[in-house]
Amino acid sequence: MKEDDHQKMIVEEARIFAAEVVRPRAGDFDREEILPRDVIGEMAKRKFLLAGLPVPYGGLGLNPVYYGLFTEEIGKACCSTRGLITIQSSIVGQTLLRWGTEEQKNNWLPPISRGEVLGAFALTEPAVGSDAGGVQTHYRRDGRNFVLNGRKKWISFGEIAGFFIVIASCGSEITAFIVERNRPGVSTNPIKGLLANRAAHLAEIELKDVKIPEDNVVGKPGSGFTFIVATALDHGRYSIAWAGIAIAQEALDCMALYARKRQQFGRRIGEHQLIQRMICNAVTTTHAARALCIKAGEMRMRGNIHAIVETTVAKYFTSKIAMDITSDALQVHGGNGCSNSYPVERLFREAKVLEIIEGTSEIQQQIIAKYGLKAYGRIRKE
Amino acid sequence: MNINDKIRTFIESNLLAFDDDLTINDDDNIFESGFVDSSVAMQLVLFVEEEFSIHVTDEDLDLVNFSSINRIVRFIQQKEQQWNSSHEGR
Repeated sequence: MKEDDHQKMIVEEARIFAAEVVRPRAGDFDREEILPRDVIGEMAKRKFLLAGLPVPYGGLGLNPVYYGLFTEEIGKACCSTRGLITIQSSIVGQTLLRWGTEEQKNNWLPPISRGEVLGAFALTEPAVGSDAGGVQTHYRRDGRNFVLNGRKKWISFGEIAGFFIVIASCGSEITAFIVERNRPGVSTNPIKGLLANRAAHLAEIELKDVKIPEDNVVGKPGSGFTFIVATALDHGRYSIAWAGIAIAQEALDCMALYARKRQQFGRRIGEHQLIQRMICNAVTTTHAARALCIKAGEMRMRGNIHAIVETTVAKYFTSKIAMDITSDALQVHGGNGCSNSYPVERLFREAKVLEIIEGTSEIQQQIIAKYGLKAYGRIRKE
Repeated sequence: MNINDKIRTFIESNLLAFDDDLTINDDDNIFESGFVDSSVAMQLVLFVEEEFSIHVTDEDLDLVNFSSINRIVRFIQQKEQQWNSSHEGR
């Protein structure tokens, strides 16, 4: 079988899995604020947890474009289930693959793939969000060890992860550490009552005099922000860009289906021009957003140096249109859209979060504007 | 185009500065001088990997390696030497 056909087959397998296992229960996951172990186990059985990683580490070897399409299929069915893949494959998996030692990769990646342990990326704190370089969780050296103290907040899958990649500072030096949950001084508290991502097991993590061996440093001391966080957020943004497509497409599907069936004033509401305008905007922007994501994926596949900014453009645009389309989808549903008997209210809530996570839209706008100022209108030096 | 010029062109295309006539010397620390911000570091990694066919590893993760044109040149040359000596006699 050709490699391309093999990758297509995995995406199709994800579509079927999402349709049969995830979508029917997505509302329950949201209401109960739990992604059940049996679903995680089923994903592990299919090697979905590290779908974007090479086969020798337990991945499926999907290239960036097919990994994006795979993410879309899972994300259309359930945002929290997609979130598990974002954290395991894109953020923790790709960061360890890129900058971990061979021992770190072998210790953690295959067990994640088998669903025996989950990872989480612990960057944000109660007082530190967008200003990621200002992390207050700190460390000091103690011989060949490091001692960590501090608190992390909004950590996806922090409640059930077996280890965390913790970003901490020592003066101006920022370093990434692998911190196992069972180390003395580590405790977690689940975060409930969230607008969205309710089944993503968000938690606060407290670190009290946690002793970490130097072998647990990811990269080198001092490389935590510039290289480790940058890598994690870049992969995270790529995944969230596709998460935006997933929500936009699902909302468009819901909107079109409802507009074909629902009758008012003796006509199907899809025959009304103002409803058609909303469907037109949703179709056009979803297609445009998907084109941006595919372009970013192709650039990532080639190792193109502009892939980072193109990914940022895609993440900014898809999260914005996901919000617009879910708002319109809810509007088309009228009163029904405000009820959890229909998926659009959940999609509307989930879309909002995409404008915040992995860098707020305002941070993306700054990055894109700086790129625009650098890239365009320059006078060539002869 | 020699190796220094390739790196200079890349850095100039990523300048934060609004001055199109800015001159960067080969030993200027591009981060400390404010020519670029730290977000360019990962792009520099991708750039040297793509342009010079080397692989940057966790052992290389020192911002100093990417801090000036001359430092980047030295880093690339070291990586090429490492590669050559590990493939000698194969």
